Amino acid sequence: MLDMNNKNFVLMVEDLTVSFDGFKAVNDLSFYVEPNECRVIIGPNGAGKTTVLDLICGRTRATSGSIAFKGKDLLKMREDQIVHAGVGRKFQTPSVYEDLTVFANLELSYPKGHSVFGALFFKRDEAVRQRIEEIAEMIFLSDLLTQKAAFLSHGQKQWLEIGMLLIQDPELLMLDEPVAGMSVAERKKTAELLNRIIADRSVIVIEHDMSFVADIATRVTVLHQGQVLSEGSMEHVQNDPKVVEVYLGH
Amino acid sequence: MQKAQIKHPFLTRRDIIGYAILAAVIFVLFPAILDSFRLNLFGKYLTYAFVAVGLTLCWGVGGILSLGQGIFFGLGGYCMAMFLKLEASTPENTAIQSTPGIPDFMDWNQLTALPWWWEPFYSLPFALLAVVAVPVIFAFIISFAMFTRRVSGVYFAIITQAVVAILAILIIGQQGYTGGVNGITDLRTLLGWDIRTEEAKTTLYFVNAVLLFTVLFVAQFVRKSKMGRLLIAMRDQEDRVRFSGYNVASFKIFIFCLGAAFAGIGGAMFTLQVGFMSPTLIGIVPSIEMVIFCAVGGRMSIIGAVYGALLVNWAKTTFSESFPELWLFGLGALFIAVVMAFPNGLAGVWVEKIEPLIKKFWPGGAKDTVAPAAKPNPAE
Repeated sequence: MLDMNNKNFVLMVEDLTVSFDGFKAVNDLSFYVEPNECRVIIGPNGAGKTTVLDLICGRTRATSGSIAFKGKDLLKMREDQIVHAGVGRKFQTPSVYEDLTVFANLELSYPKGHSVFGALFFKRDEAVRQRIEEIAEMIFLSDLLTQKAAFLSHGQKQWLEIGMLLIQDPELLMLDEPVAGMSVAERKKTAELLNRIIADRSVIVIEHDMSFVADIATRVTVLHQGQVLSEGSMEHVQNDPKVVEVYLGH
Repeated sequence: MQKAQIKHPFLTRRDIIGYAILAAVIFVLFPAILDSFRLNLFGKYLTYAFVAVGLTLCWGVGGILSLGQGIFFGLGGYCMAMFLKLEASTPENTAIQSTPGIPDFMDWNQLTALPWWWEPFYSLPFALLAVVAVPVIFAFIISFAMFTRRVSGVYFAIITQAVVAILAILIIGQQGYTGGVNGITDLRTLLGWDIRTEEAKTTLYFVNAVLLFTVLFVAQFVRKSKMGRLLIAMRDQEDRVRFSGYNVASFKIFIFCLGAAFAGIGGAMFTLQVGFMSPTLIGIVPSIEMVIFCAVGGRMSIIGAVYGALLVNWAKTTFSESFPELWLFGLGALFIAVVMAFPNGLAGVWVEKIEPLIKKFWPGGAKDTVAPAAKPNPAE
């Protein structure tokens, strides 16, 4: 058992296993994320990438192993407690509140008034307003604050969801395929956005687009059949014969 | 970008107009044109509006479909009926019974003493508290058990329907304690004030109307608070809300309990105005009818819920007076028609058809027009 208070890592995943009716989607997986690191997880379909994020944010319960975030055992916490501890998660398909305005989408994500009575008596003060405008500018949606989210393009929805996470100011941000379905221009803008926001936090990204990965990754972890196949810099994994064999070569 | 557009005021211009018209209809129009009998009947219809308003928040806004609101309507109604029955069952009034001083149906069922849980209902403050508290506690137990286990959608709806069936069977089965299938009847006075006279019924109509507006404003407050937007968010993207740091179950429990409290008040006012409470009023069919009131009104609209309850109940009375056996088919047809033709119910008709007409002939009223991108939503 590793020391949970090890200050060198933000996130420590150890011996993590989850089994769905005997099928081990994640099998004895261990990896460590440092502060301010941008870790990209790649791997073929079914490698267990999304399941790893699900396990960290509490959506799926682990069969065995441990996940420690800044010394806290995430496996014992409820989803909303994990969020309050500082872990933010973006889903693969853009999940925004389509019936609400961009402003309301961001406001609901603002880390205040999260209890029943907090929500009933939430007051929109100047600090909230400013923060929302600040984030909106970052995610290129300043002019669309009063627009309903349903009217945004696919790429804009992705940005909005990233903005909804940013406003929570998480220490660990997890993004599941943030550029999937985006145009080339949108990809460039997103890479620029991500480069700006990963500066002062740790980020885990799942992505298939290799040029995008090369653009943002500090380190890359290659998953295969629920296990780490290779880990290191982009060049390192690209030249790893095992990786070429199962993934890049195809 | 105009900051003014981002406000969510408690009452928009449209809300003010809507509530003003509704107040005029309920406080002025109905008392002016209806005779005492019909006014009492409309008062009865309005007790269902309490339930429909609660359903608007639970189902329309929050996406929690309950087919068991009759439970809470009934519990509120029974709490009130128990108090009134005890007051009506004085030893003098019940002198011919083998055990004088207990409600008549208990005597018929060979009970010789008042059950202990009836005792507190001698107190009016207790009974009034129970009208709200009993439905809320019951709703809390059901919703806590369901929502913390992530039971939702159609499964939740079916379970609420099962619970309402169980409750109705239980009430019918426990005749000696509940009055069985006949319910609790022959209610006479409230603290000595005869509730059967015409004047009393008119007074109760206005009490009911004032309470309804109180409930409407509580609902409006919830709707316009961050809670209201959060409920919409939960309805559409529950996981996103959960992973934004909200304990989704606690919000669902809250709104379900609030709906139950509204229904309980409605039930109590029903008992007072109609003079009895029975299990036939709280079974599966009445519970589904309550959802239809809400759907016909426009399930997102608080004001619409009141009109929905009025319209469907009025239609029910009118049709079932002439074709009693056809009413259920009529109700089904109405529900289908609303879903197919007017998915936003009466509120949708108002927003999409009538308001543009008003604006055409009275351009001054067009200030409220929302930016073209944000298509007006009947909910707002």
